[in-house]
Amino acid sequence: MSDNRPVGAGSLRPRDLAWHPPAHAPGYKTSVLRSPRRPLIAHEATLSEVTGPVFGHEAIGPLDNDLLRNFVAATRGDGEPIGPRILVHGRVRDESGRGVPGALVEIWQANAGGRYRHLNDRTVAALDPNFGGCGRTLTDETGAYRFRTVLPGPYPWPNGVNDWRPSHIHFSLFGPAFGQRLITQMYFEGDPHIPLCPILNAIPDARAVRQLVAPLDMDATQPFDARAYRFDIVLRGPRATWFENRPEGL
Amino acid sequence: MVQDPTLLKETPSQTAGPFVHIGTHPWTVGVEGVFAAQPGQVVAGPDCPGTRIRIEGRILDGDGQVVRDAVVETWQADPNGIFASPVDPRHERVATGFTGWGRFACSFADGAFAVETVKPGPVPGPRGTTMAPHICLWIVARGINLGLSTRLYFPEDAAANAADPILARIESPQRRDTLIAEPWGEGAYRFEIRLQGEGETVFFAT
Repeated sequence: MSDNRPVGAGSLRPRDLAWHPPAHAPGYKTSVLRSPRRPLIAHEATLSEVTGPVFGHEAIGPLDNDLLRNFVAATRGDGEPIGPRILVHGRVRDESGRGVPGALVEIWQANAGGRYRHLNDRTVAALDPNFGGCGRTLTDETGAYRFRTVLPGPYPWPNGVNDWRPSHIHFSLFGPAFGQRLITQMYFEGDPHIPLCPILNAIPDARAVRQLVAPLDMDATQPFDARAYRFDIVLRGPRATWFENRPEGL
Repeated sequence: MVQDPTLLKETPSQTAGPFVHIGTHPWTVGVEGVFAAQPGQVVAGPDCPGTRIRIEGRILDGDGQVVRDAVVETWQADPNGIFASPVDPRHERVATGFTGWGRFACSFADGAFAVETVKPGPVPGPRGTTMAPHICLWIVARGINLGLSTRLYFPEDAAANAADPILARIESPQRRDTLIAEPWGEGAYRFEIRLQGEGETVFFAT
C-alpha cells in the first residue's frame, strides 16, 4: 500500500434516511422545534467520515458491562438491584453482514421502577440504591457483545397527557468510521406499550420498528438466574470496501 | 431476472433522549465512579504539538431557546491533517497525544459547551481536492431523532474555505457562512448551532 493515499470517495454506503424516523415527527412534540427544516446537504463520505476514534480494552473495566454489579461496586455496597435479571446480547454487523469487532457499545436505562438515576428525572418512582443504569463494552472479534442488567420499567413522560415509554434500553454505537455513529433504543418482545409509543412510531416502516424489538432468547437464558434477550445491530458500511474502492490516481 | 444482492438494513436511529448523560457523562448527573475512564474528555493531550484553540458553542432551537440537554461529539484531524484512525493510511504519523475525538455535554445552566483542542490541518478530499481545516460535529439530544452532522470551518482560512469541496456543495453563501466559526479572542472561536429557522445551520447527509 503506498503511503499518503486518502480513502476513496463514496466508500461509505449512503444512509437510507427513509428507514430512520424523520427529524420532524409531530407526534413526538420535542422534535417540532429541534428539527432542521432545510434539506440536509448530501456529500460523499470523505476521509473525515470514514475515519473514527479507536477505543482500546484498557479503557473498559471488568464490571463495565455488568449493570447488576457496577454501581454497587462503585458505591462499595453489597446489595442487588431490584427487578427481573436479564442478559442482553447480540452481534454488531455492517450492512454486508460482517461482524464489527472492537465497536464501543454504550447503554443507559431506567431502573426496574422506570426511574433514571439522573438529576433531571422527576418521575415519582423510587431510585434503586443498587442500580446506576449505565454500561459499556467492546465487541469481540466476531462483533458480539453482552450485558447483564435488570429489565427497565415503563415510565410516563410529558408529551401527550398520558404517554408512557415502553421498556427500553438506549444504545450508542461506534464503528470504525465517525460516519457510522448511531444512537438507538432497544425494546422488548411483547411490550403492549410498543404500538402506542410516539417516539418509536415516528419510524415510518413497520419492518424498521421490528428491527428494534429484541426477542426473548431462551437458548441464552441462565436457568434460575436471568432471562436473555437478543438484540442484533447493523451499522452502515461495509468497511472492507473502503480499501477496495479507492478511485484511480489516489 | 437478476441476482438479489441482499444487504442488511441499518438499525434505525432513536433519540438519545433527555437522560443521554447517564451513558455519555455519568459523572455529571449523579452516577459517579462506575467507569474508571471518561472517554472523549481529551482531544489533544498536553504533549500534542500545534496551535491550541478553544471553541465555545451553544445550540438554539426553532424558537431561539438555548438547548441545555444536548451532547456534542467532535472529530478532527491533527495539525498535519492526519486522523488518529487506522483507516487513515498515514495514521502512524499522527501527532503525539492526539485522539481527535471529543464528547461534550451542554451545560444544564446555560447550554454552553467548550472544546479545547489544536487546530486541524487541511485534509485530503475526494478526487485530488483538499478540504480546508475543519472539525466534524455530531449532535444528539431529546427531540433529535437522528444525530445531526455538521462541520466547523475557521474564519482565517478564507482561501482554503473557498476551495473546499464540501462547502462548495452549499449553493447559498449565507448558508455556507453558518459553518464558519466567529473569532472570539486570542485562540478562541464561537460557534452557534441553529437547529431551525432563521440562520439554520447546514447539516449534512453522507
